[in-house]
Amino acid sequence: MITSDSITRAEVEDFLYEEAALLDRWRLEDWLELLTHDAEYEVPSTDAPLSKTGDALFLIADDYSRIKARVKRLNDPEAHAESPRSRTRRMISNVRITKRQGTEIHVAANFSVYRFRYGYDVRHFVGHYHYTLWVEGPELKIRKRRAILDNTELGAQGAVSFIL
Amino acid sequence: MSEQQPFIIDDPENLIFRLNRRTLSDPSILDEERIKIFDRSWIYCGHASEIPNVGDFETRNVCGRPVIFCRDEDNNVRVFLNSCAHRGAQVCRERSGNARRFYCFYHGWTYGCDGQLKTVPAEESYPSNFKKRRFSLREPPRVEGYKDFWFISFDPEIISLGEYLGDAKDYIDLVVEQSPSGCMEIIEGTQEYDIKANWKLLVENSFDDYHLVSTHKTWLDYMKDSGVEIRPPKGQGLLLPTHGVGKNLGNGCAVIDNINFRGRPIAKWISIYGESAKEEIEKIRQELVERLGEERAARVADTNRNLVIFPNLVINDGSSVTIRAFWPLAADKMKVTAWALGPSEESKNARARRLDSFLTFYGPGGFATPDDVEALESVQLGLQTWRELEWSEMTRGIDKEGEQLNTDELHLRTFWRQWNKLMTLEA
Repeated sequence: MITSDSITRAEVEDFLYEEAALLDRWRLEDWLELLTHDAEYEVPSTDAPLSKTGDALFLIADDYSRIKARVKRLNDPEAHAESPRSRTRRMISNVRITKRQGTEIHVAANFSVYRFRYGYDVRHFVGHYHYTLWVEGPELKIRKRRAILDNTELGAQGAVSFIL
Repeated sequence: MSEQQPFIIDDPENLIFRLNRRTLSDPSILDEERIKIFDRSWIYCGHASEIPNVGDFETRNVCGRPVIFCRDEDNNVRVFLNSCAHRGAQVCRERSGNARRFYCFYHGWTYGCDGQLKTVPAEESYPSNFKKRRFSLREPPRVEGYKDFWFISFDPEIISLGEYLGDAKDYIDLVVEQSPSGCMEIIEGTQEYDIKANWKLLVENSFDDYHLVSTHKTWLDYMKDSGVEIRPPKGQGLLLPTHGVGKNLGNGCAVIDNINFRGRPIAKWISIYGESAKEEIEKIRQELVERLGEERAARVADTNRNLVIFPNLVINDGSSVTIRAFWPLAADKMKVTAWALGPSEESKNARARRLDSFLTFYGPGGFATPDDVEALESVQLGLQTWRELEWSEMTRGIDKEGEQLNTDELHLRTFWRQWNKLMTLEA
């Protein structure tokens, strides 16, 4: 049986790169396949990066059913904020396994995400991810992903209308 | 230069209300607005719950000025301009915290949280006419609060805040009454984002119910998918209006007031909250009825309100309570700050439900706000044609006697009439 102990950083990196590629190509249904059915996706407010959902106002605090609803919405041409869709490009780096526990792996990674739309200036989202990955048979799955922005306010980045 | 068109053509007798689009596009208008609108109105600064203890402070930018919103040693809410009386550096550079002293690191002048200058390094080198008491931190000319909502004005002659808020006070009361103790609090976590659009477009959008179906189709789908009945109920009995209305509240303040059918953490259950929430929401409702009586409780629990306090404060009391203030950065760009407000004594579960409910619709990652932002930015792009396409139409409901619907535009006209009045006042 594969446990978290046998997963290498390189394997985690490959997994995160694959995820980034799916998101940049807007293959959101395929991206959903990477998630466990109790997955959570969170983006805390920029002035409360360490807070807990339920205690503080977040930008995004999705449980799995909300994530699915988000994907459904983003696939609808009437999700006007992403219709036409923006182009995004994700740079993932500084990937570290911070904890292994049974079939769970905690991962930290830096991100630099560029969003382009119309002729507007680039909107640059910088920060780091906290992932909880789940080892399921031969596969990794995402149980939790929290994107923590370094931007002191969302400001010119405008909306988090795509999956960050 | 040829004579300019008026800002608005307001001719109800002939069923005409038109808005000149240069009010939303021409960069020269903004400089005038800063003086004639923002410096002559009551402007929201902060909520008392953000600074509960002596020495607590929040720094923020209000009306283009850095200010310190704080609580002094006598437990009074105070507002100071965040600029040293000596050479002008900011005396507080933290976003929030607790301090008994504000220290200007440039030359070391130190102020108390009552604004008094306490210490000046090497004071003996100043001449004999130098008096510390002349160098307190400056306060805005007027600072007043209503039920923990604190406002400032740079117009020393402005009417009192109470008079200014007029009938809007009733709508603030409906928010405050959601707390058994009357203590509402700002919840941790601030949403701050820019929109590439004129600030007045967000005023309009914040209580424009006409756009709901076309702009927020995906949000309505989400509600439907979640088992929520999204159509307004018919004939809701005697206690409540049977349909949404738009109202002028005086001094440019206005509201849309709707019967709720899409859930309220106070105290209207919908399927999204989950079966387990039913019992607690029932209890919240019971407390409201005991405290306020059946009729007032229904008013608090079963109606949604989108309130605009002229010029730039919005309180959306719906699927949650949102406080939203916004500021022009340029004619085609604004900065938005949004907070969530909730009863200070609400349970952990109720708080979580409120925050979750907030995010289904509101905010830069919500299922609706990003589409509002897109709409406003799209308007602004289209308005680059303002020299050719001069007028926007705003006549919905103008030919009706009496009550106006939430999807009419009386409330939008109310805002614009006040804006026009202030902009065209002789100095």
